[in-house]
Amino acid sequence: MSATDVRNLGLAALALGIAALLPLYDTGYILSIATTMAMFTVLATSWALFSGPTHYISLATAAFFGLGTFVTGLGFQTLPFWTLPLIAAGLGAILAALVGMVTLRLSGVYFVIFTLGLAELVRQIVTWVQNRTGQRGMYVLTSITERDIYWQLIGLAAVVFLAGWLIARSRLGFALRIIGNDETVAKHAGINTALAKVLLFMVSGAVAACVGAMLAPRYIYIEPSTAFAPLLSFQVVIMALLGGTGRLWGPLAGVIPFTLLWEFISRNAPNQTLLLLGLAFLLIVYVLPGGFVGLYERVQRRYRMEGR
Amino acid sequence: MKRRTVMMSMATAALLALGAASAQAQDVIRLGAAAPKTGPLAGGADVTHWPAVRLWVHQTNEAGGLQLADGPALIELIEYDDQTNPQQAIQAAQRMATQDRVDFMVAPYSTGLNLAAAPIFSQLGYPQITGSNVTNQQPELSAQFPGMFFVLGRTGGMAEDTAQVLVDLRTAGDIGDRVALVNVADAFGIEMAGISRAVLEENGFEIVYQTSYPLGTQDIAPIIDGARAAEPDAFIAWSYPGDTFALTDQAIVQNFAPKVFFTAVATAFPSYAGRFGAQAEGVMGMGGVNPDDPAFQAFAEAHMDLTGQGPDFWASASTYATLEILGQAIEATGSKDRAVVMAYLQDHANIYDTVLGPIQFDETNNNERYWTVGQWQDGVFRGVAARGRDGVSDIILKDGWD
Repeated sequence: MSATDVRNLGLAALALGIAALLPLYDTGYILSIATTMAMFTVLATSWALFSGPTHYISLATAAFFGLGTFVTGLGFQTLPFWTLPLIAAGLGAILAALVGMVTLRLSGVYFVIFTLGLAELVRQIVTWVQNRTGQRGMYVLTSITERDIYWQLIGLAAVVFLAGWLIARSRLGFALRIIGNDETVAKHAGINTALAKVLLFMVSGAVAACVGAMLAPRYIYIEPSTAFAPLLSFQVVIMALLGGTGRLWGPLAGVIPFTLLWEFISRNAPNQTLLLLGLAFLLIVYVLPGGFVGLYERVQRRYRMEGR
Repeated sequence: MKRRTVMMSMATAALLALGAASAQAQDVIRLGAAAPKTGPLAGGADVTHWPAVRLWVHQTNEAGGLQLADGPALIELIEYDDQTNPQQAIQAAQRMATQDRVDFMVAPYSTGLNLAAAPIFSQLGYPQITGSNVTNQQPELSAQFPGMFFVLGRTGGMAEDTAQVLVDLRTAGDIGDRVALVNVADAFGIEMAGISRAVLEENGFEIVYQTSYPLGTQDIAPIIDGARAAEPDAFIAWSYPGDTFALTDQAIVQNFAPKVFFTAVATAFPSYAGRFGAQAEGVMGMGGVNPDDPAFQAFAEAHMDLTGQGPDFWASASTYATLEILGQAIEATGSKDRAVVMAYLQDHANIYDTVLGPIQFDETNNNERYWTVGQWQDGVFRGVAARGRDGVSDIILKDGWD
């Protein structure tokens, strides 16, 4: 491990530590926005772990997230709460493995469309089961506060960042970068591309399901139409791309400004929220095609050239 | 010197009085409201929620505001769009409470959004008087959120009463035993179908056709086709707005006209009669009002005048009633101190005079007097079954679509 690595790990730990202190400062409005940010940070970062290097755009986040909320909804009365995110993560990984084995042989737009359909598929299955059993909307009434949820998310963020850092340094990470650049070359170089992709897809699915399980107590009322809302998948992609997926911290750099922008628009233009968000997004795509990571790297390059 | 002192003190007193008067005139109660303006529920909120809220604020301010102990206070309404998204509903409630520092908040629209926002209302001590939230969990919810109140009623009561309507009609010899029961495959439809099925079977009805369809389905024809083939005496559909219209449309197309034709949500919307005109005659649905009650008539007229559209015949009035209750609690205590108003609301001895008639909350903060089933009769959606409400109309049998 190089000195830079040690420094980066230390800085990351420090940043997470500071973030974890936030509830001591405020437990109202700011915490509520911070919880949303933490949620999207975890989702977007884990999304980028898979989609960043492979360039496979996945719109399946809502499927895994919804699965997680239902795990909590069904299990919170009989099982200790701390087991639920773990069970959700396990189920998320299994679902991702099943889906991944079938679909990661698809590429490009076929994969995108399938993942978008996945949330709807899972939702319809859940609804079908509910219909069969007479089960209905679930009320997750617990004593878990927003502060607890925030801390859980920060903890999960630490795990995700660490996992991302380790994967990037591993043979698996190297293999994924090659797949992203040219899948045919990767195959010829002897990389088991299907296995590598499925493994990463499982990580990202497990994390999204885990987040869903943690957030269920915040929503209280769990029903398929909100748990599997496709908007979530798009938000995650937009935020990750705004930040840029080339670096581990990229999605975070997208989540923070986007959440603040969303809040600003919701607050100041309550009647035109979606219109303004759409315009803001168009602007972002035109002005910042590579996201904030791209901008950072451009600036860095220019700075180095001038330094020469 | 002495005279000057007197003059000075008089002037000061006058100034003070003037200052006090202007302070009084400026006293304002800030009322926050977050509900869907976009997203899947925006259409429903536009019919039921927003017009009722704006109407109450408008009328209250026209009348000079609410009377506090130290003079009248006008209402300032602050509106947000929660985008039909629980995440946004939570954040909007937080924002209104801690950033806009509103004195009170209007409860959100729909069951899901009300529950998502409930912890925020509860933690920050805001009363949450809900008018568009139907649930069966009042005891659990009011135990967890003591400031949450329920005006619209229980789902159980509505499903049971719908089944009871059939039992009564059969007793009167108007219909036979055969019922077709369909539902939208979502939390609401599944729950309602389950309860009504149990009651019907208990009473010896024969469910000759039962099916469900996914939310948002485009193809309703096979459902009506199947129901018609089973030749039922009554057709009960626990449907949402889109499919309520589609089922009716299809039934007309296929000329499926059982003696009882019931569709659930949105049957009470004025647009239902607008769309089907005289063909709506005899269709039953959830909710209902007493249209002969002068209080409702005045409400409907004012609603039309201010917003250019009539109220729906169900939750519009109950949404309006939630604000009447809040206003009366504020005036009774003469205070905009939330803790004081909350204590008044939680005193279950208090009775409120609303457009729905008198409302009193029971020990689970529930209003046990509500309309359960309504029916279109001569262009008006009349309540034909209710819990504890006066003015229940007689049921007519559906006589074809023409």
